[in-house]
Amino acid sequence: MTINNLLNSPGEWLRGDGPHSNIVVSSRVRIARNLRNFPFPGWAKKADRISVLECVKPAVDALPEMGEAYSIFSQDFSALEKQVLVERHLISREHAAKGLGSAVVMNKKQTLSIMINEEDHLRMQSIRSGLNLKSAFKLIDKVDTELADKLDFAFHPQLGFLTACPTNVGTGMRASAMMHLPALVLSEQINQVIQAVSKVGLAVRGLYGEGTEALGNLFQISNQVTLGEAEGDIITRLNKVIEQIIHHEVNARQGLLQKKPVTLLDNVGRAYGVLRYAHSMASKEALNLLSYLKLGVDLAFFPEEFQHVIDALFIETQPAHLQKGSAKKLQAEERDTLRAQIIRGKLVSFPPPDADRALAGGGSPPAE
Amino acid sequence: MNCDVCKQKPATVFLTQIVDGKMQKVNLCEGCSKEKGVTDPTGFALADLLLGIGASQEMEKTSSGVRCPACGFSQADFKKTGRLGCSNCYEVFAEGLEPMLKNMHKGTEHKGKVPPRLLKIKQREEDMKKLQRDLRKAVTEERYEAAADLRDKIKQFEGGTAV
Repeated sequence: MTINNLLNSPGEWLRGDGPHSNIVVSSRVRIARNLRNFPFPGWAKKADRISVLECVKPAVDALPEMGEAYSIFSQDFSALEKQVLVERHLISREHAAKGLGSAVVMNKKQTLSIMINEEDHLRMQSIRSGLNLKSAFKLIDKVDTELADKLDFAFHPQLGFLTACPTNVGTGMRASAMMHLPALVLSEQINQVIQAVSKVGLAVRGLYGEGTEALGNLFQISNQVTLGEAEGDIITRLNKVIEQIIHHEVNARQGLLQKKPVTLLDNVGRAYGVLRYAHSMASKEALNLLSYLKLGVDLAFFPEEFQHVIDALFIETQPAHLQKGSAKKLQAEERDTLRAQIIRGKLVSFPPPDADRALAGGGSPPAE
Repeated sequence: MNCDVCKQKPATVFLTQIVDGKMQKVNLCEGCSKEKGVTDPTGFALADLLLGIGASQEMEKTSSGVRCPACGFSQADFKKTGRLGCSNCYEVFAEGLEPMLKNMHKGTEHKGKVPPRLLKIKQREEDMKKLQRDLRKAVTEERYEAAADLRDKIKQFEGGTAV
């Protein structure tokens, strides 16, 4: 399978289905593993990194889960191609900076991806659309067991699996869900939620200035602790907290519909107007406006079938995805023009927000 | 205010992250913020960054000057990168790592998955111990026929023919 095939097929997790997919965009579980007898990639000499790659890649390629896989050495990607994969969350930013001595192997559906010689010798991740942490874990756990049979993983009787960074030692597992929480942001409850989540040993990631919202109202909730708690317990706990946040977001949406319909209509209407008619749009602005359009579909301002158009735009308007479709190197301003053009094109048949339908209760029912 | 990482250029990126109810702050210059990937909100944890800056002081107290015999990694390298050199480093710097791990995790005892192959080895060791115990018992109780059987089994086990 070629790089072009990979870049031109969007991957299963972008389909936007799965449980609670209107609020949980995706679920990811990643596991870090290292070989016992080699230095970690960041400290290893090039010869050691190549030895690790020669030992690990055939084992990964032979996995039954990797039938019809994409298996590509890092030096065979261009910087742009790597950036596209970063925007799809298939490789990390750190891995995108690697060249000779690293590789990535992923299955055809792009639900399983294994980075070789990232920060650790192996970073394996499973990504699913919607709230699907358990099935994501099940897949990655099976792959790990199969590989552990062939590779000599660094394991310490007391500390568990050893990783380059002590924050990952033990299970080596980080489970996370990407959540779309516009109503909690609009109703100014998001900081309370973040505080509460962080009190139970989970992390909310994102860049926060003085209490401002994250880009596109997207928040990533993940476990912080990897040592002293079993994988299943971590997933169960994380799942419970995510379900609670979903509950709060659903209630906040109903609260806005009932108590602040003008705020809601104004945000959705402005997003619609600007996205449909703007001729220059920065990436950040696009994310934030698309977020309100997505909320608009969830609340029945727009027909449900437009959900996929918006979900696709979230990814297609990212800088590397824009550049990918263009023959010449785009400057930032040209990208903003192209971004606005693509959005206008996709929204041409998008009907204006139907406030009456939404306020009559066409949206999702309140949480139990 | 200067950057917390390079301590040279003025800080222009100010980050706050709340983890486990504790507020963590870090100030970075343009260059260091890019290098640490903080412009990518999905792949960035402040804890990882702070680890390199603050927590390595623990290690400084106990293991300054020590080098890992397997990979040559030193405490100063940890301070710079926030990462260890190889799996053996966890033994070499154990004393300094212990309080750090306690601080960031739930204790320092792994409760999760054990690789199946290691489970098998552990099981084998336990089976062997039991056979040897039984053998001693049989000899003390003068059940020589049983003892001979057990001795054969142990021999087989050592030869690796029975698992």
